[in-house]
Amino acid sequence: MSEQTAYVEKRIPVFPRSVKGIFRNLKTTILIFAYGIYFILPWLPWERETGPNQTIIFDIVNRRFYIFDLVVYAQDIFWLAGFLIIGAFLLFFVTSILGRVFCGYFCFQTLWTDVFISIERLVQGERNARIKLARSDWNTRKYLLKGTTWILWLLVSFWTGLSFTLYWGEAGQLVIDFFTGQAPFPAYATTFFITVTTLVMAGLAREQVCTYMCPYARFQSAMFDKDTMVVAYDEIRGERGEARCKPTKENLPYDFRRDNDLGDCIDCGFCVQVCPVGIDIRNGLQYQCISCALCVDACNTMMDTIKYPRGLIKYTSEVQQGNKKHSWFKLKNIGYALSLIIVTAVLLTAIINRQGTELHVQQVRQPLYIILSDGYIQNRYSIKILNKQDKTQTYALTTSGLQHFRIEVKPSARFTLGSGEGLTVNARISVDPEGVEDEQQVFQFVLVNRGSNERIVVEAQIFLPE
Amino acid sequence: MSKEKQNRTVQTTGHAWDGDIQEFNNPLPTWWLWGFYATVVFAIIYWVFYPAWPIGDDYTKGIGNQIEYTTADGKHVTTHWNTRALYERELQEARDVREKYLATLKNVSYEDILKDTDKRAYALSTANVLFADNCAACHQPGGAGLAGHYPSLVDDDWIWGGEYVRIEETIRKGRNGNMPGFAGRLNEAQLSDVSEYVLSLSGHSKNTAMVKRGKRIFEGEAACVACHTMTGKGNSAMGSANLTDQIWTVANIKLKSEHDKNLVTIKNLVANGVSRSMPAWESRFTDTEIRMLTLYVRELGSSK
Repeated sequence: MSEQTAYVEKRIPVFPRSVKGIFRNLKTTILIFAYGIYFILPWLPWERETGPNQTIIFDIVNRRFYIFDLVVYAQDIFWLAGFLIIGAFLLFFVTSILGRVFCGYFCFQTLWTDVFISIERLVQGERNARIKLARSDWNTRKYLLKGTTWILWLLVSFWTGLSFTLYWGEAGQLVIDFFTGQAPFPAYATTFFITVTTLVMAGLAREQVCTYMCPYARFQSAMFDKDTMVVAYDEIRGERGEARCKPTKENLPYDFRRDNDLGDCIDCGFCVQVCPVGIDIRNGLQYQCISCALCVDACNTMMDTIKYPRGLIKYTSEVQQGNKKHSWFKLKNIGYALSLIIVTAVLLTAIINRQGTELHVQQVRQPLYIILSDGYIQNRYSIKILNKQDKTQTYALTTSGLQHFRIEVKPSARFTLGSGEGLTVNARISVDPEGVEDEQQVFQFVLVNRGSNERIVVEAQIFLPE
Repeated sequence: MSKEKQNRTVQTTGHAWDGDIQEFNNPLPTWWLWGFYATVVFAIIYWVFYPAWPIGDDYTKGIGNQIEYTTADGKHVTTHWNTRALYERELQEARDVREKYLATLKNVSYEDILKDTDKRAYALSTANVLFADNCAACHQPGGAGLAGHYPSLVDDDWIWGGEYVRIEETIRKGRNGNMPGFAGRLNEAQLSDVSEYVLSLSGHSKNTAMVKRGKRIFEGEAACVACHTMTGKGNSAMGSANLTDQIWTVANIKLKSEHDKNLVTIKNLVANGVSRSMPAWESRFTDTEIRMLTLYVRELGSSK
């Protein structure tokens, strides 16, 4: 394409080499932990009085989310906002201090790409073998190896998609229904969608997702400062005066290098070969870098082999590289931490103090008051009661704070509600306006749980004619 | 590999304008191009299965996308895919669901509907919509009524009777309420006296002399008792108002306002008479709808 203008950039394929080391182990541990949660959780049983016996199930049909012992109703959806805010601030906080930790260790794109690369390596061999295979002509062996890789990828993708679907229905039954063609259409559509996206994103697109598609990759720089930990190459030590150079018998001993002002980097390229996004970390901080630290492992392995001190590539910050004092406590970090603590506290308080019974009183305003034949003034209230406990409850609706009044509740002031059941009753309260000067009178509706004697009190008003 | 990436500077398209103005070329990523091709493929598949291309006065209908539905008039329609047909089909499905519920209400007594939680909820919520569409124009949202014009349906007084049979009759046949004006037959003083008596019936009077004279006129010359009865409690069979309670549907009597004002209001009313009417709804509602409305209106009212 020398003089020819290219309008489409061909992807340069990346064949990451495997590496051993502390960060690789950390990544593997997190991967196993995350997969363990994701794939096993829908299969764990959880005893419930009512509702499905599954640890986590998002029951869309009955508008209820079961998460361990927590049952989330549709009206509790505000908790989701809390979770999302916590998620966002946690991300900002961690990024501000430790850089792209989420990208490198926790992001599902990273995790699934990691697994797909492992499969690739398992079937086709290490980096060099894979490059050779990619460049070779199509023959039986290439078809076989590529085919096996794709089939394994497809299996992982499918199981990923199916597992996602299992969170929305009872796992055991849903799997049986799924394979016998009895499952509802959304189950198939969801599984198909997740299968295809997993296959495309982790199998084909890979680092392009992080480079081109992910918005977080691009706005992370807003959270970075000079104290943020990044994976970086120690340029002063690696290059020294005379720059990095390939090892020879003469210049390999460490003392020789230091005395002759040669860089510690022996330009082995290991750090480039292991990089899952195909960059050279020695060029400095780059937006493509997901901070997976595999180049740290690679470099340390090499340094150990040639008996150089470790840490030519390491987690460091701009400030540390300049040998200045590193500071964690910055207004920005403290702000993120504070926001995180406040939102978490608010959310936990909301969840812990959730009521087993909801009582909502709404004044009927058409008309605001009614004059009865004996001169009493009647106000009406539409009252909604919802039993959010896991057992059937019996309730009685009464009032307090009223004198000379009549109450009538339709259909009934005493009712029994099953778990998750709701009821709307109409309460009519008539008071004697004689001797009452104010146009408004405050009183309370009291809902008594006849089993536990728990009382829920909601304030209401009576309006009288002018 | 990565060397190639590093060494690449930004390309230009090769054109130069005014000697030195050049255009940068930032090539698209391949995955983006594939996304574009996918939309092209999608469009072609869409053309085949959905209405797409105009041809003269007509257009391609797409294949294998028949939609069938039955209209409200019972007409069966089969057509190609379009959003209007989808909408009609949804309406048909809603009608089918409603039909099932309505069937359960047929030939069931009012008391039995009230006893059954589901039937009660369905009847009341359906009637709520019917009421808002048809009745609320006069009787106001929630049945509050409009003082002086349309009676309130939420209080505990029923001008034409509060039994289910009577309410149903009112809705079916409509009502005509008439009270003649007494302006020519009674003079000023007599009008004042009889009005004072009317106020006294509900405990709004202080002038006993006037009340005494008024009572004679009420029972004698003006013959108010013919409709309002001797006790003044009215007669729901003919829709004459109960004058002894605190509910005023025609005269706008404020409980706490001054006596003189109230007297003038009543006097004007007696002098000019009242004429109110409600149309018949028999021809506009189905039987079940009338029964649901009857139940709803009865539930709006308060118990005595």
